[in-house]
Amino acid sequence: MEPRLSRYIWTHTRKQQLWILLVVALSMVPYFLSFDLPKQIVNGPIQGAGFDGPEATQPFLPISFDLPFFGVVNLFSGFDLGREGMLLALSLVFLLLVIINGLFKFYINTYKGRLGERLLRRIRFELVDRVLRFPPGHLKRVKPAEISTMIKDEVEPMGGFTGDAFVQPALLGGQALTALIFILLQSFWLGTIAASIVAVQAVIIPRMRRRLLVLGRERQLTARELSGRVSEIVDGIGTIRAHDTSNFERADIAARLGRIFKIRYDLYQWKFLVKFLNNFLAQVTPFLFYSIGGYFALQGRLDIGQLVAVIGAYKDLPGPLKELIDWDQARQDVQVKYAQVVEQFSVEPLIDPRVQAISVDPATPLTGALAAVNLSVTDDGGSKVVEHVSLQIQPGETVAITGGTSGGGEALAEAFGRLTWPATGRIVIGDADIHELPESVVGRRISYASSDVFAFQGSLGDNLLYGLKHAPLTEVVYEGDREAHRKWELVEAKLAGNPHYDLNSDWIDYQAAGATGPDDLFAKIRAVLDVVLLSNDVFALAVRSTIDPTEHEAFAGEIVAMRSALRQRLEAEKLSDLVVFFEPGSYNVEATVGENLLFGTVTDSGRWETALENHPFFKTVLKRAGLHETFYEMGLEIAENVVELFRDLPPDHPFFQQLTFMTAEEIPAYEALLQKVRGKPLEEVSEDDAIRIIRLCFGYIEPRHRFGLLTGDLMQKIVEARREFSDGLPADLVGIIEHYQPDRYMASATILDNVLFGRIGHKHTDGSERIRAIVRDLFESLGLYNKVLVFGLGFDVGAGGKRLTSGQRQKLNLARALIRVSDFYVFNQPLLALDQRTQDQITRKAFAFLRDGERKPAILWVLANRDLAELFDRVAHFENGRLARDERMETHSRDSDYKELAS
Amino acid sequence: MLLKDEVEMLRRITLFSGLPPAKLKLLAFTSDRVMYSRGEDLFHQGDIGDAAYVILSGNADVLVSTPNGQLKVAEVEQNSIVGEIAILCNTPRTATVKTTTPLEALRIRKDDFLKLLADFPEMAVEIMRVLADRLSQTTSELTEARSRAQRAEA
Repeated sequence: MEPRLSRYIWTHTRKQQLWILLVVALSMVPYFLSFDLPKQIVNGPIQGAGFDGPEATQPFLPISFDLPFFGVVNLFSGFDLGREGMLLALSLVFLLLVIINGLFKFYINTYKGRLGERLLRRIRFELVDRVLRFPPGHLKRVKPAEISTMIKDEVEPMGGFTGDAFVQPALLGGQALTALIFILLQSFWLGTIAASIVAVQAVIIPRMRRRLLVLGRERQLTARELSGRVSEIVDGIGTIRAHDTSNFERADIAARLGRIFKIRYDLYQWKFLVKFLNNFLAQVTPFLFYSIGGYFALQGRLDIGQLVAVIGAYKDLPGPLKELIDWDQARQDVQVKYAQVVEQFSVEPLIDPRVQAISVDPATPLTGALAAVNLSVTDDGGSKVVEHVSLQIQPGETVAITGGTSGGGEALAEAFGRLTWPATGRIVIGDADIHELPESVVGRRISYASSDVFAFQGSLGDNLLYGLKHAPLTEVVYEGDREAHRKWELVEAKLAGNPHYDLNSDWIDYQAAGATGPDDLFAKIRAVLDVVLLSNDVFALAVRSTIDPTEHEAFAGEIVAMRSALRQRLEAEKLSDLVVFFEPGSYNVEATVGENLLFGTVTDSGRWETALENHPFFKTVLKRAGLHETFYEMGLEIAENVVELFRDLPPDHPFFQQLTFMTAEEIPAYEALLQKVRGKPLEEVSEDDAIRIIRLCFGYIEPRHRFGLLTGDLMQKIVEARREFSDGLPADLVGIIEHYQPDRYMASATILDNVLFGRIGHKHTDGSERIRAIVRDLFESLGLYNKVLVFGLGFDVGAGGKRLTSGQRQKLNLARALIRVSDFYVFNQPLLALDQRTQDQITRKAFAFLRDGERKPAILWVLANRDLAELFDRVAHFENGRLARDERMETHSRDSDYKELAS
Repeated sequence: MLLKDEVEMLRRITLFSGLPPAKLKLLAFTSDRVMYSRGEDLFHQGDIGDAAYVILSGNADVLVSTPNGQLKVAEVEQNSIVGEIAILCNTPRTATVKTTTPLEALRIRKDDFLKLLADFPEMAVEIMRVLADRLSQTTSELTEARSRAQRAEA
């Protein structure tokens, strides 16, 4: 990248800079006209110069030229106006000039702003583009947060500077120069004094600024390191807390902040010292004028008029000069920042842009063998992890790599996956070096997966298909406003040197997944999910998600229809007691009292809490149903029991996790409340206290809590009160509760709850697993499995995929590689987080999946478990970074048979 | 069966007999009441142990897999506790427990159980006593088996 900012700006904005200079020059015309006008207004119409009598008129806006040879040419003799008319006309002209000046300023500022923003966009893009082309070794050394601070914050001031880069010095320099020349013309000596003071300023101030620049650079570096450290703390918070090193981190941060403070304070001191000196020099010039000029005037060597003119003209010099010096400071500042950033991004060797060039055509299959030729790979410490290895994998061949962590097989696989670059030797396909072939070939025809997974924030499905998004494959047709917007996007992208690939296009390369289009892609997704044993996880995520039934009306209908199918199924398997269904006419013992009373779920618990306390509706309904007193008694009983059980436990005791009625902090309050109300009849208890007790009932489940509080009679009463709750619900409470209706989908409940339409019984330990298995079976048999799986694919995996378990992430990563049609698959112990049995199972399935069809791709698999080697054609065994044995499987097994016999 | 009945049951188990009734009630409250029909597994050999079971009613067999199929090593009945070894020493289940009649049990989660042991040392001593009993029984059975094996060889 160009190391000097001014040259970078000039290269990319030359035309625009010249244009804006021209516009600025043009804007000077009305600017100077507006200077002259006030004098004309005051002298002319106000003071009456040129108006001899009250009736006298003067021409307004005469247009005449005094041309040589022709004499005066009179084009327009102007309007004759009296004093008032003239005053109005000239004032209007003044207003017009104000408007014109304002418009010029507006245009110039927006133009400069746009210029700056475009350049900022260009720099930022260029930096990210470089990150995408960094060599792998460099990426291990840099902290992501530092890179992002550089791209986000540190280049920001460059945008603001761009517009002023050339215009400002031209404008201000011109002004200062004019003033200086004027002084020189008035008096040579005084002019020389002024010029020499300016020269001193021009020499000394920038020199003093050098220190400022050094400090500025330090400030930038320390701030960047601070942001790197802060992000390290956030990432490593678990480790910090686990080792009680938080105070070490505090000390480190405090020390850094101290250093930053010192630098910044130094900076301020210098800055104001420079400012002081600058001001002093500016003020000392008039002193010289007065003393020396005055002395000359007394001596009669200078006339007083000249002296006054010089002092008057000098007023115009310090202003532009100061701004010019400020501009220079800004320039140096951004130059330092720019140079700093560029230095960080000038990494050699960057990947050639041609290697990453976009290609919309399908990549041609690789026909040559993938081979390491005399390959050595070193780690960051410089020690060799792979030493002079030559290994060839023919197309269609399957090779297992064994030898464990220190063997070097993993490092070799990483080199095949282009995660590390060879220290010596080459990796070739046929005759071509893998690092010289375009990524549109090697990045598609070779698939790599290791246990080191990165999942992007987004849906599970997006992550699964991530490996297919190579290029925008469809041309999106825009209409109306969107078309105009797209055109604008294209033009702007081009002006800022950005690529204009359309993000709205379909980037998924269906062919690369072995599908023909979006319709049959799902079959492929399903197949790979099955191979890596992720389908069940995705299904579990799917049924735990909530969907909007208005958006998926047909699907919601099918779910509702499944309810009766589930019942039949459970009855057929004699498992009816697994789930207690919601029936409008009967009490559901596995649901809370609250759910039974409302016969629905609370959708907005905040509103519900306040309504319970303040709204008269609940109390009246409870009273009418004869439940008010019963609930009060029941609540008392619950409170007594809970207080007795948990009173002595410390608030952080794990048993509190079992407590659903109240929190540990509320126990003392309820204990006091019980003291207060014990033995009193309900009438004497205050309303608030009664409600606090009654609300305890709502969470009660008899089989779960087993206090023995629910009698058949009470259940009957609760069921009877249901109707009142649903029918009589006042308008201001509508929407707080979603009622259970056997023929309607509940938007606030999960898909699984919607299928069950009931509660899983507490009696069976594995009830929920069994139900899930049955529901899955049911989805499968009704042909809805794929439909529901789609909702699981919509699951947001979180930043870095953290909402998935590490096992799930590795499965996803393997699936991401498997869904791509490639010629070579390199798997580097991709499933380390899983137990041995599952690893074996998935490896076998993946192997069968890839080798199943007509296509027989080559597979290179670094195995954790040697038993699986029998699947492969060849086994390459590594020891200490060297290829120790490379043998065909048949001989290998014969060999081992022999060994077994011998022993 | 209500919480207070469960407390009565727990009191009859030697392991818990030393605990104050309030703690027994807490133990019962934090545990799940589970039911099994005949022939179901409470847990399976090799699984990770996450809970112990107090049998409230019914019977079950303790089975160990051997190369020659499953071998019944013991029988558990009402008022006994099973599965506590796996949660004490964090090993996989050493045996399978299969019901022989419909069975009702109280399932005590591992964390709750360990917390109770920490809070009540007398319970830990009782556990030790039970384990030592079992160890001596196992040792004598082993001695017997060894001598039988020696005799067979001779």
